Amino acid sequence: MTIDSKLVERIAKLSRISLTETEIKNLSSELDNILNWIEQLSELDTEGINPVFSSFDEEETKYRNDKINDGGYREDIISNAPLSEDGFFLVPKVVD
Amino acid sequence: MTEFSTLSIKETITSLKNKDFSVSELVDFHISSMENGRELNAFITETADIARKKASDCDQNYSKGEEKPLEGIPLGIKDMFCTKGVKTTASSKMLENFVPPYESTVTQNLWNDGAILLGKLNNDEFAMGSSNETSFFGEVKNPWKNNKDNFTVPGGSSGGSAASVAAGMGLASLGTDTGGSIRQPASFTGTVGLKPTYGRCSRWGIIAFASSLDQAGPITKTVKDCALLLNSICSYDPKDSTSSQKKIPDFEKSTDESIKGMKIGIPKEYEADGISEDITEYLEKGKEWLTESGAEIVEISLPHIKYALPCYYIIAPAEASSNLARYDGVKFTHRVDADNIIDMYEETRSQGFGDEVKRRIMIGTYVLSSGYYDAYYLKAQKVRAMISKDFKEAFTKVDVIYGPSTPSTAFELGDKKKDPLEMYLNDVFTVPVNLAGLPAMSVPVGLDKEKLPVGMQLIGNSFDEESILSIASCIEKSAKFDLNPNKWWINE
Repeated sequence: MTIDSKLVERIAKLSRISLTETEIKNLSSELDNILNWIEQLSELDTEGINPVFSSFDEEETKYRNDKINDGGYREDIISNAPLSEDGFFLVPKVVD
Repeated sequence: MTEFSTLSIKETITSLKNKDFSVSELVDFHISSMENGRELNAFITETADIARKKASDCDQNYSKGEEKPLEGIPLGIKDMFCTKGVKTTASSKMLENFVPPYESTVTQNLWNDGAILLGKLNNDEFAMGSSNETSFFGEVKNPWKNNKDNFTVPGGSSGGSAASVAAGMGLASLGTDTGGSIRQPASFTGTVGLKPTYGRCSRWGIIAFASSLDQAGPITKTVKDCALLLNSICSYDPKDSTSSQKKIPDFEKSTDESIKGMKIGIPKEYEADGISEDITEYLEKGKEWLTESGAEIVEISLPHIKYALPCYYIIAPAEASSNLARYDGVKFTHRVDADNIIDMYEETRSQGFGDEVKRRIMIGTYVLSSGYYDAYYLKAQKVRAMISKDFKEAFTKVDVIYGPSTPSTAFELGDKKKDPLEMYLNDVFTVPVNLAGLPAMSVPVGLDKEKLPVGMQLIGNSFDEESILSIASCIEKSAKFDLNPNKWWINE
């Protein structure tokens, strides 16, 4: 598997990160290196193995009551927004 | 004048109870250590005013005899923990001015027990790195220079947490460990670092990197101090769905337990090539110490351990790419303005994230992308199951696994910065533990030929921090490590 600059640009698009020409060039060789190294996992036969997504295995995870028990901090939360008005986050226009 | 800097938490509490000195005197000492240590760049935010104010409250509690377990103990906190009203950056430009409106559960536990916030500590950006060189706020210097008088890295990602404790700025600190970020810096700086079992500590209010691997833990001068902090930070938290409801033992008690008859496993895979001679020597010395104390050394095998690192470098970036999607220029401080929303996202993330963070988001996005998910992500989770099974089998034969924390001691600043893969290989001994969710710690055992600290790792069975604390205590007594780097950073 080789990672070329075209693939890097596609991944960057999916990641919502814009890259400079130099970054694309560097990332192509870095990601290629890293993914080739990761490739060693294919030596392992994992047929019939159940994947483990988390090591947490307590069965009695509690559900809380379906009631509001928190909230009411709109101003606190908005206070970190780069741009806000009347308690709303402001973003560039998304619909014409 | 009391030599505050050599005291452990345990000793400090005894002195405070005896009124040998006041909390205010203690805190003033640590504030000046912090200010005199700016050359190390361990702190991003100093909170001297908060510390002084709280110190006088603590003094009152002592005089009333109403002191809590950690009353008046000044601590540094890694900048990955949200602290209410105190800037929390994750060492990223993305959160350069972020002031959390809430407190993380683990730090709240510490404040409830009387501890004092001294400042927020530098780390690798979003905890991604093994040398503390990826921080937007600059690299942290290890208090230990090598014998060529060159600067070395403090390790990472909790580099500031480890460096501050080694330099005597604060009595202990909190770090986070996703793939070794507490244990590796602890070993590079001659400090004690423990990553609890996944679920022991709440992750609520810790800036997320890889949610199935992240855990908070202490970095301290002594094993007993480590147990004291653990007693405070562990709790069941309904706000974290992976927080354990298991009973929390008194960890301090474990540090006085005999290790007679305990079985210590040495994985034959860990005695492979690539470990420095000095570390191998200490590995052998450790076996002698443990045998002399009545433990039995057993050879074990973890056959899939060599796949842990590549497995981790699929899972951790995958989770990171998802967790870091929230930094989009809308909610958290940093934004680059643009005409349309897509350009705003892309430019904000391009300028707000550093190179290593971008690299990991890209890897994560790729392995989760359509057509590659099964080959990478699902495959890695199956390998993770095999690694967990290796550990499970090993713990049917032994109580604790013993081995090195790192393949080498602290390397020089800039040494591995250019090759990401070489940097990743530093975590070869620490990463398997996170994949299996086990508790593990690094204990300092001595200095190598370069005059740099060496740490040994102890891995415990799930929710058995007690056994590793007992063993660590025994190693500490035998090693008699002197945490006393030459204080070159203080200009007289």
